[in-house]
Amino acid sequence: MTGEDLVSVIMSIEARAKPREKCAMPSAMIPVDALPGFMRSMRDDPRLSFDMLCTHTAVDWLGENRFELVYVLYSTKHRHYVTVSTSIPRDKPEASSVSSIWRIAEWQEREVYDLMGVLYSGHPDLRRMFLEDDWVGFPLRKDYKDTFMLGLPE
Amino acid sequence: MTTSPITLADRIAAAPADASSLATQEYFVNMGPQHPSTHGVLRLLVKLDGETVREVIPVVGYIHRGIEKMGEYLTYRKFIHLSDRLDYLSAITNNWVVCMAVEKAAGIETNDRIQTIRTLCAELQRIQSHQLWWGVFGMDLGAFTAFLYGFRDREMVTDIFEETTGARLTMNYIQPGGLMYDIHPDFVKGVKKFIEYFKPKLAEYEQLVSGNVIIQARLRGIGVMSSESAISLGTTGPVLRGSGVEYDLRKTEPYGVYSKVQFDVPVGRIGDCWDRYWVRMEEMRQSIRIIEQLIDNIPEGKHMMIKPTAKIKLPEGLSYSQAETARGILGVLIVSDGSDKPYRIHLRSPNFNNLWSVTAMGPGLRIADLVAILSSIDIVVPDIDR
Amino acid sequence: MDHVPGGSFCVTSVDGIINWAHANSLWPLTFGTACCAIEVMMAAGASRHDLARFGAEVARPSPRQADLLVVAGTVVKRLAPRLRTLYEQMAEPRYVIATGSCAISGGPFMYNSYSTVRGADQIIPVDVYVPGCPPRPEAFLYGLLTLQKLIKEGESIRRPYVRRKPVLSVLPAGMTADQIRSELAALLTRDSTVDLSGEYVQNVQAGGSKQ
Repeated sequence: MTGEDLVSVIMSIEARAKPREKCAMPSAMIPVDALPGFMRSMRDDPRLSFDMLCTHTAVDWLGENRFELVYVLYSTKHRHYVTVSTSIPRDKPEASSVSSIWRIAEWQEREVYDLMGVLYSGHPDLRRMFLEDDWVGFPLRKDYKDTFMLGLPE
Repeated sequence: MTTSPITLADRIAAAPADASSLATQEYFVNMGPQHPSTHGVLRLLVKLDGETVREVIPVVGYIHRGIEKMGEYLTYRKFIHLSDRLDYLSAITNNWVVCMAVEKAAGIETNDRIQTIRTLCAELQRIQSHQLWWGVFGMDLGAFTAFLYGFRDREMVTDIFEETTGARLTMNYIQPGGLMYDIHPDFVKGVKKFIEYFKPKLAEYEQLVSGNVIIQARLRGIGVMSSESAISLGTTGPVLRGSGVEYDLRKTEPYGVYSKVQFDVPVGRIGDCWDRYWVRMEEMRQSIRIIEQLIDNIPEGKHMMIKPTAKIKLPEGLSYSQAETARGILGVLIVSDGSDKPYRIHLRSPNFNNLWSVTAMGPGLRIADLVAILSSIDIVVPDIDR
Repeated sequence: MDHVPGGSFCVTSVDGIINWAHANSLWPLTFGTACCAIEVMMAAGASRHDLARFGAEVARPSPRQADLLVVAGTVVKRLAPRLRTLYEQMAEPRYVIATGSCAISGGPFMYNSYSTVRGADQIIPVDVYVPGCPPRPEAFLYGLLTLQKLIKEGESIRRPYVRRKPVLSVLPAGMTADQIRSELAALLTRDSTVDLSGEYVQNVQAGGSKQ
């Protein structure tokens, strides 16, 4: 399916979706409360059938005080990609988990929690993945302060 | 309602070992992080009932170096040498993915010579990586001879790479806009000699390991993963193709000169260890086929299209590029704010997704089978932890 | 035994035999974390660069049976306590070789990483450092031979746990560091794609630079 058709099918499922600006591939930006239902229809709708979650990550927009959660989806049947992104406020970073839809999301979301501090509701096993359980702070945030990190000398 | 985070101790307590049955008692056994099947520093918490595995909990993070955070302080050209060290067994393909992302977003053009040489190097790297996999696979199953044979033949490919790129393992050869150096004058000759040497060796490998009745008994029917499970777990590469899903990025979205060469994509049937083994052996044959088609027809041209000291600035926005490494699909997601350093760079690691399939395959088998499964998934742990 | 007439001769010969035995049958512990594990441990032990020639073939997975800990790969904060535990589980006499730039100083991950330990010598005492990223198997073999030399010349049963470290010159006989620098600069200017500005080359040819 071409990019424009994809975007129009997506808008028919979720009226509040709009393409993410400055993104080279077909994309959709949705509000966070639409996330669970929207993702389920992305997988189950026969025109889309996005059965593989390629990757999931978060971007820390410190200046705009928000996190942007990015999901890249792929369909093995129709062989098309889409990037879904949603914004959550930085002081209350909560989103619902999609691990019941794609099983790999359980660990992708654990990674995002570990490095960015986004809390997922409905997640079966939300704990730190790469860092020790008693690590303080979320390293990939832009305002992460650490006395251990060594900066490049000028 | 949000879930509050828990610790590893809570997780173990949530799935307690069942001490109530009369006959046996379940217990947790720790495999790693330092253990002899040198896939890297992976720790597996295995809940055992006698010798049967009930649950596998992988614990990662023992080689987490923070490459994504480091990427925010480095320019794109400097990041390439870090990308070498992710899945170091397909280092050149990792370089290529980052370069593809940068070239696509910044609009840098390359020519046919560059793309042909990149494709040749990627296929040689695929053979090299599968040779190491085959050697370590034999070693894990107890056949140490396979290790020595695999490394003996792998050294020939390493020699070719060393002559051209200067390094044996972490090449840092493919740069945005082209290649670091032009290929050595003996490159074509060396590759042809290697192909001639390796084809009968592949038959020898089959005779040594594949037809062996012990290997067959240890691999057939072990670690079966259905194709729906494989897709939902996000696996790619030989793990996915072993389960019957025909998804190879070189065919579906060709990059380099893959659209101009003929090759087949091996696909397994039921998704057991034998299928994954067979898929990789076939991939080596198909890689040889691709190399034979390309090695005599390398077009002329420049090897680097932009000045090496040119500043590379990506326009604002989000871009995602992928390539098929020996283990699966490596993807690079770059969010740029217009400067010459990325604002956020995220690596979609093939081994991260492939690892968690062991939680689906493990239960019900024995520890020796667990080792065979891990070996057939073929993970490289620094790629998981980035 | 030294004050007994002829005693010091006995001790020295016993020293020689014991040190020879220690040096020529080092049993490495398989501790590879990252890329160096492939080059240093696996490729050095495989067919072309054979580690068995030097007696270090028997790689034991258990620290209680090994006497050489080869740190091959990056040491990360989460792994550091395990490394310390492994080192302490090894029985004396035990030796440590730190291979690769990650184990020497943090390597490519030294700057801007929140979890890389800058060098294995922050955790355990190291005897021999083998530089490279990753070092060639031949470089690791040279490091192993250096360790053997260190053992043979440096230890004695007179002072059991003291190692006298000889100052070794790493340059081959007849070469100077300046010669290497000027050859390297000439090679770089001849066939490199990196633009060297004039002042670097002049600095090198003048015979010294700030390093």
